[in-house]
Amino acid sequence: MTEHILDVRDLAVSFFTYAGEVQAVRGITWHLDRHETVALVGESGCGKSVTIQTVMGLLQSPPGRVTGGSIHFEGLDMLKLTPRELRSIQGNRMSMIFQDPLSYLNPTMRVGEQIAESYRLHHRVNRREAQAKVREMMELISFPEPERNMRAFPHQLSGGMRQRIMVAMALICSPGILFADEPTTALDVTIQAQIIELMNELKEKLDTSIVLITHDLGVVANMAERIYVMYAGKIVERGSAADIFYRPRHPYTWGLLQSVPRLDARQDRVFRYIPGTPPDLLNPPAGCPFAARCPYACRACAAYMPEETDFENAHACRCWLYHEGAEELRKKAEADWKEQGKEVGSHGEEGAS
Amino acid sequence: MVRYVLKRVLIALLTVFTLATVTFFLSKLLPGDPFMNEKIPTSVQEKQRAYYGLDRPVTEQYLIYMGNLVQGDLGTSIKYVGRSVWDIIREFFPVSAQLGLIALVFAEIVGLLFGILCAQYRNRWPDYVLMVFAILGIALPSMVIGPLIRYLFGVQLRWLPVGGWGKPEQMLMPAFVLGLGTIAGNTRSMRACMLAVITQDYVKTARAKGMSPLRVVMKHELKNSLVPMLANLGPMIAGVLMGSFVVEQIFVIPGLGKHFVNAVSTLDYPLIMGLTIFYGTFLVVMNLLVDILYGWVDPRIRVK
Repeated sequence: MTEHILDVRDLAVSFFTYAGEVQAVRGITWHLDRHETVALVGESGCGKSVTIQTVMGLLQSPPGRVTGGSIHFEGLDMLKLTPRELRSIQGNRMSMIFQDPLSYLNPTMRVGEQIAESYRLHHRVNRREAQAKVREMMELISFPEPERNMRAFPHQLSGGMRQRIMVAMALICSPGILFADEPTTALDVTIQAQIIELMNELKEKLDTSIVLITHDLGVVANMAERIYVMYAGKIVERGSAADIFYRPRHPYTWGLLQSVPRLDARQDRVFRYIPGTPPDLLNPPAGCPFAARCPYACRACAAYMPEETDFENAHACRCWLYHEGAEELRKKAEADWKEQGKEVGSHGEEGAS
Repeated sequence: MVRYVLKRVLIALLTVFTLATVTFFLSKLLPGDPFMNEKIPTSVQEKQRAYYGLDRPVTEQYLIYMGNLVQGDLGTSIKYVGRSVWDIIREFFPVSAQLGLIALVFAEIVGLLFGILCAQYRNRWPDYVLMVFAILGIALPSMVIGPLIRYLFGVQLRWLPVGGWGKPEQMLMPAFVLGLGTIAGNTRSMRACMLAVITQDYVKTARAKGMSPLRVVMKHELKNSLVPMLANLGPMIAGVLMGSFVVEQIFVIPGLGKHFVNAVSTLDYPLIMGLTIFYGTFLVVMNLLVDILYGWVDPRIRVK
């Protein structure tokens, strides 16, 4: 097996609060290869943001603490680095763009200066050289009027322009990995498409790998090659984008896919959602965390956490439905899924194998 | 920006005008007048009043006063015969201003530093120690702290002179006492301002760039924390200057404060008016400068 650029094994992260230990991430294993875009998908509070913050060494501690597992980035053990070593990687060899570009940009600093900042920090260049690099970056992201806009303050730019600034800021040191935490959530739909296109384009030009975090499956479809579906601090299903979209296995993934609003749906179709709320991670359930909301849950689901069942092509899922004892239930569930596919028109058309 | 400044200047002028008017009528409402004295014959008192125009109707006096004021004439003192109000201000204000300025600079630097320390070490022992100090500084007025430290360092330890003005060692205690409340206030508000900034998202961005904690404070947190602090600066200057009345009395400093207090107790109308307007104008100008500074520090205000 080739060396992964990022290799996360059994990572567990908890927040120690007055109420007790909140187990935000509960033993997840995933990796990222060079030139690859991987998406962590799940609803709010599933631990996806905490995961990448931990990987980048930005976990607030206290109250947060890594309680188990390992993170290896280009062979470096990220959890054993000194603060100084960690800082030499942050913003330089891995960087992050955030959800809301307005609140994540310093309101009292000119954007050009903010872009230049990490370059000057990591490359020991003077102001003039950094400015030249910023100009180069602005041209790379085809930013209008780079000279004038470099001197603008964040509030003087539009939302889409601000997010471009964030992208330029994150990529100025040509990092090995770009973490994108809900990069399009705060933007208009038309702008979203531009930002996604920009990120895809820069990924090629700058030879960067991307970890995308989102709950928006539309964004995932346009960017990611592989997908990890997270729920309540666990990875419940993983596979290639095609596998997750056309041959989903986990009832939670089905729920997620059905919850995507569709323009081509019949008018009278009820808007679908997953009833219930995720479990309280102060006292996580012993069994499958989705059991309480799962239409196919049986007694075993609530009591025992299922192991991963492997399908072809590194597609795997944690669900009791794929245990040999649950054959009847599985047939029913798969039939339901196909039925709904017909109803909304297109999903599963490639055949739910 | 020009429109903004112009508007602020107009408001400032209106403020000073209102201040002058209200003070004028209030001082006339005080019972008695500067010449009321049982030992002086009434006929002489009448003459004195007539000389100063105090026998005319109050509204007429007001119009005459305001007319002179517009021409920059603050009149002459009644008690310090023959001395104009401007003379008195010219002679004694530099001392008060010096004291106030030393206290203010000292208080701003120390207060901001303490506030930053509190915020960075929030809920740990440096924070607790400094907050206790800050609360003491706010709770104890200078009329308590002043005599206490004067007794300790001036009388018991004999390290510093108990009063007077001119030499650096004479300035130390009064400046400290005068600045104490401001240090305390600054520590508290700087702590709050910085805590509000520390949780901002752009601080996370700065950390994600791999900046050291000190650099994040200096380059991203400090300037943004100072924006709300600036709003305090105007009243802070006011507090320091007003407080100097008491401190000047305690440390026997030949400043304007003494004259202000005396002017009120002897009903020296021109001096009351002159000093009030002078201080008032001074504060209004300070606030104006702070407002303009505000627009410079926070670019978002400039657009509005």
